[in-house]
Amino acid sequence: MERRVETPTAQTLVLEVPDWPGHLPGQHVDLRLTAPDGYQAARSYSIAGPAVDGPGGPRVEVTVQRVHDGEVSPYLIDVYGVGDPVEVRGPLGGWFIWRPEETAPVQLVAGGSGIVPLMAMIRARRAVGSKAPFRLIYSVRTPTDVIYADELRRRVRDDFGLDIAYVYTREAPEGWRGEPHRIGLADVNTHGWPPDLEPLTYVCGPTAFVETVADLLVGLGHPSRRVKTERFGPTG
Amino acid sequence: MGIVSPGFQGRPRTQEPALPPGQYLTEDFPVLSAGPTPRVSLDTWEFVISAENGSDHRWSWQELMALPQETPTVDIHCVTRWSKFGTTWQGVSLDTLLADVDTGAHFALAHSYGGYTTNLPLDDLRGGQAWVVHSFDGAPLPAEHGGPARLLVPHLYFWKSAKWVRGLRLKTMDEPGFWETAGYHDYGDPWREQRYQGD
Repeated sequence: MERRVETPTAQTLVLEVPDWPGHLPGQHVDLRLTAPDGYQAARSYSIAGPAVDGPGGPRVEVTVQRVHDGEVSPYLIDVYGVGDPVEVRGPLGGWFIWRPEETAPVQLVAGGSGIVPLMAMIRARRAVGSKAPFRLIYSVRTPTDVIYADELRRRVRDDFGLDIAYVYTREAPEGWRGEPHRIGLADVNTHGWPPDLEPLTYVCGPTAFVETVADLLVGLGHPSRRVKTERFGPTG
Repeated sequence: MGIVSPGFQGRPRTQEPALPPGQYLTEDFPVLSAGPTPRVSLDTWEFVISAENGSDHRWSWQELMALPQETPTVDIHCVTRWSKFGTTWQGVSLDTLLADVDTGAHFALAHSYGGYTTNLPLDDLRGGQAWVVHSFDGAPLPAEHGGPARLLVPHLYFWKSAKWVRGLRLKTMDEPGFWETAGYHDYGDPWREQRYQGD
């Protein structure tokens, strides 16, 4: 296991999973922890990118956002160490997925740690050399909350056909046009694809964020069946 | 017992006797759905039970509200691992709705406004185990939780309690629904932890 600090509250764990069967971008794993008395707790985490080969077999990345008062995420961030075993089940989920052979334009709308499964799609797009045009709208509280910030800067420069727009809800960086605000019609209409292009849309984030964005998309004329959502509840 | 994770303690054990394996208790009411929330007008709302012989039984909103109402208080268990105890709903028992339906079918495919489907054995909808509910905690059911009306089948994982329910198609052969086609368990008993195919 390796770990990368992404933000003050989010870390990426790289797990070695010897018999990993492969997965599609957007899928998740269940991680299960066991205490010395046999008590168990399991949570779902989105896979952050394609599996990569390592000396001990395939490596699968998940990004864990610390949940205040959580039972599992603080352990994974503060205590869990390199070499510690964890039970991994997956890949799971067959709906919130992007198939790399798809050629339709894709719009991704992320709220907070909802970026994780969408980043898996962005990384897979590059890995397979897909030319499907991608647009990402990423809503965060402040600039320091941007997960994968450096990589996103690099990809928007190097990955042809990938556009990224940020929405800041609390504090915006120098030079950002406008005031901090919650995502609204103008953001989705300006930075997303028009319905005429029949894009595939993936929305992931907290429940209220996903409800808002999905309603806006339907209001703009995107058919519900082309809008896939994943809501993060208060899990820990 | 699984592989012990060094240093993992977990929450204090509160000895919740009614919590199925792998679940944790929440006081909130999280939302799980695969797409945008459909908005359904009560003027055009209907609930239809289609028997395998081709006959349809239909209820408008007014007709549903005129049927005998029940107020079940039940525990609910979501496959994403949260459980919520003592939720109170109001609606009509499926026993009432199925009373005049002549059927020899063993399965039902519930279908919803917005296109969602989920399959259940018909026996699991009978015997005081299932309702079409329109109120939660004494107030109209919010759209994000499945309003105007949803199925309530609390003894199975909550994805079987189809939100925005529009009807049941009764079937002699089992036909997997939306999540069941996407890798989730066909039956979904939380006490046997039937989350995914193969459980």
